[in-house]
Amino acid sequence: MLTIAGTEFSSRLFVGTGKFSSATVMEHAIAASEAQMVTVALRRVDLENPDDDIMSHLDRDKIHFLPNTSGARNADEAVRLAHLARAASGSRWLKLEVTPDPRTLLPDPVDTLKAAAQLVKDDFIVLPYINADPVLALRLQDAGVAAVMPLGAPIGTNQGIQTALQVAIIIEQARVPVVVDAGIGAPSHAAQAMEMGADAVLVNTAIAIADDPIRMAAAFKQAVQAGRQGFAAGLGASSTSTRASSPQRGFIGESLNFIEE
Amino acid sequence: MQASFHIENFSGLTDQIQAATSTDVETALDSRTCTLNDLAALLSPAAEEFLPQMAARSRELTAMRFGKTTQIFAPLYLSNFCINRCAYCGFAADNAIPRKKLTIDEAIREADILKERGFKHVLLVTGEAPAKAGVDYLEEVVLRLKDKFAALSIEVQPLEQEEYAQLFRAGVTAVAVYQETYDRKIYKQVHLAGKKCDYDYRINTPARAAAAGMREIGIGALLGLSHWRAEGMALGIHLQWLRKQFWQTNFTVSFPRLRPAAGAFEPLVNVTEKNLSQLMFALRIFDPDVGLILSTREEARYRNGMLGLGPTRYSAGSCTAPGGYSSDEHDGEQFSVGDHRTIDEVCKIIQNKGFDPVCKDWDREFQSFP
Amino acid sequence: MHIVCNGRQQEIDQGKTLGGLLEDLGLPADSVVAEINQKIIDRDQYATLKLSQGDQVELIRFVGGG
Repeated sequence: MLTIAGTEFSSRLFVGTGKFSSATVMEHAIAASEAQMVTVALRRVDLENPDDDIMSHLDRDKIHFLPNTSGARNADEAVRLAHLARAASGSRWLKLEVTPDPRTLLPDPVDTLKAAAQLVKDDFIVLPYINADPVLALRLQDAGVAAVMPLGAPIGTNQGIQTALQVAIIIEQARVPVVVDAGIGAPSHAAQAMEMGADAVLVNTAIAIADDPIRMAAAFKQAVQAGRQGFAAGLGASSTSTRASSPQRGFIGESLNFIEE
Repeated sequence: MQASFHIENFSGLTDQIQAATSTDVETALDSRTCTLNDLAALLSPAAEEFLPQMAARSRELTAMRFGKTTQIFAPLYLSNFCINRCAYCGFAADNAIPRKKLTIDEAIREADILKERGFKHVLLVTGEAPAKAGVDYLEEVVLRLKDKFAALSIEVQPLEQEEYAQLFRAGVTAVAVYQETYDRKIYKQVHLAGKKCDYDYRINTPARAAAAGMREIGIGALLGLSHWRAEGMALGIHLQWLRKQFWQTNFTVSFPRLRPAAGAFEPLVNVTEKNLSQLMFALRIFDPDVGLILSTREEARYRNGMLGLGPTRYSAGSCTAPGGYSSDEHDGEQFSVGDHRTIDEVCKIIQNKGFDPVCKDWDREFQSFP
Repeated sequence: MHIVCNGRQQEIDQGKTLGGLLEDLGLPADSVVAEINQKIIDRDQYATLKLSQGDQVELIRFVGGG
């Protein structure tokens, strides 16, 4: 059971709601994923289409909403969006995203830390989206965030866990859950993150733009479960075959003749 | 205040270690990240036939993380007054040894000798007697000595966090405090009187010192008090916990091995040099970044052989009696020294073996205070 | 009188409340969050809060996002 800020989740697959071809497809994909945590963004109402309301396609009883601050380019904008999100949802949960570069959408570490500290003070449950920077992850944990969300690769690139070395360090050092977010392009990537010991993964683009998003969502569900089970079962060590450690395979090692007794 | 540390089941650690097989050891040697299960395997009897391979892996990791260097320091004993009665220690309150506490001038004289010999890192040591050698005395010594050395560390009675903060501001950068044994039962048996009887207070001392801002914390177990393999596990668990709580702090482990002392204490277990080596290799493989300290308790031959294989810091030219550098009398020692060489002799051997003896690792001038 | 709503100039009647504006726009009150001059307005105020000349109104709702 995954616990974040005292709330339990039986699914370790979080799903984003962007980029879908239609709200109906999104709704069915989320159902197929069995995700319990779903991100949403905040935008100006399209006054030409007043009925276009995503929330009518999401069952608040089954799904936990995680508003994000996507679009924020600095800490001030993120904090403003956070308060709007809280007013809109009535919930303290927040995925903090500060992305000043609209091309790469990579997160700004400085303003993320600044906004996180402010929002923790404002009593938000903060889940910051960050590059896979272990020291930043620790600084954010010291500031009181409820989880950390390091990226596998930039948003939308579907490149997988390019940041594996650093994500591994983050997982090893973490005192809060680690949710790998962004860049997960295939079910195998999600499984890899879970095998590494991530507590959950967030997937959006890979599901939304698949030819069959509903089927893809189901595939991700299975991948996350498989990866987590593998991790929990205790993965065998992968052998670096160049090192002969068994005495039968030949003596390689230090001479310890100097040891008496 | 952070969570407190405890070892849940010391005897269970022995069971876990004894159960390890050769396959477990091979897995531990081959894996890229070493878990506590791997540490148990490396500490096990099954690992003994793999000692040369463990040494090789330990050497490789030590070189990667520390380079081809060995840090040098000297202990400066300020006082051997002690209110505790520890069954194993030369300073025990009921041992009839000459007791001495250095005056500030005497401490300066000792320090000047060490400085002249080339030491730049000094470890100030006292028995545990707050009334005789309390925080204010220590602070005064530190303030007078700190300009002579690049770094000062302390190995004194466990203090409160605010007291560590006081000494940190005065110029101390590192604190060594050894649990002696993580085995609660044995701990009670060997600590007969004094504040040291409080196992929990002592075991949380490293955390208090780290929370006060100390840059480096040294932990350790007195090998021979209880089963050394389980102590090794406990040290690994403690180290892992401390790293999680204090990610900005540096850590070291020391390996004092019971040697003859006034009072003739009989260790529960005879810990051999081979055991000591296995313990050091196992901890190196478990935590490639932890400093490993070999003191002059050990013989020159052994310390020479271990160079580069895991240890990263050596004391040299040590005297464990207060005032011992200024005089030829060494009464009132804490323990007998095994390696009597001078700093020059030790540095020469280090260089001959292809390593750089490092007398200075850090300058206090760069330090900021929160 | 004039207000600016979602960046667009809009002509509204004197005395129009925020709730009234939402109704005119076909927006259920519980599906949007409103800011007037960068200040978030509590939902229970929508019915009574009167808009003023030159108010910058932002109407915001949840949309799809990652």
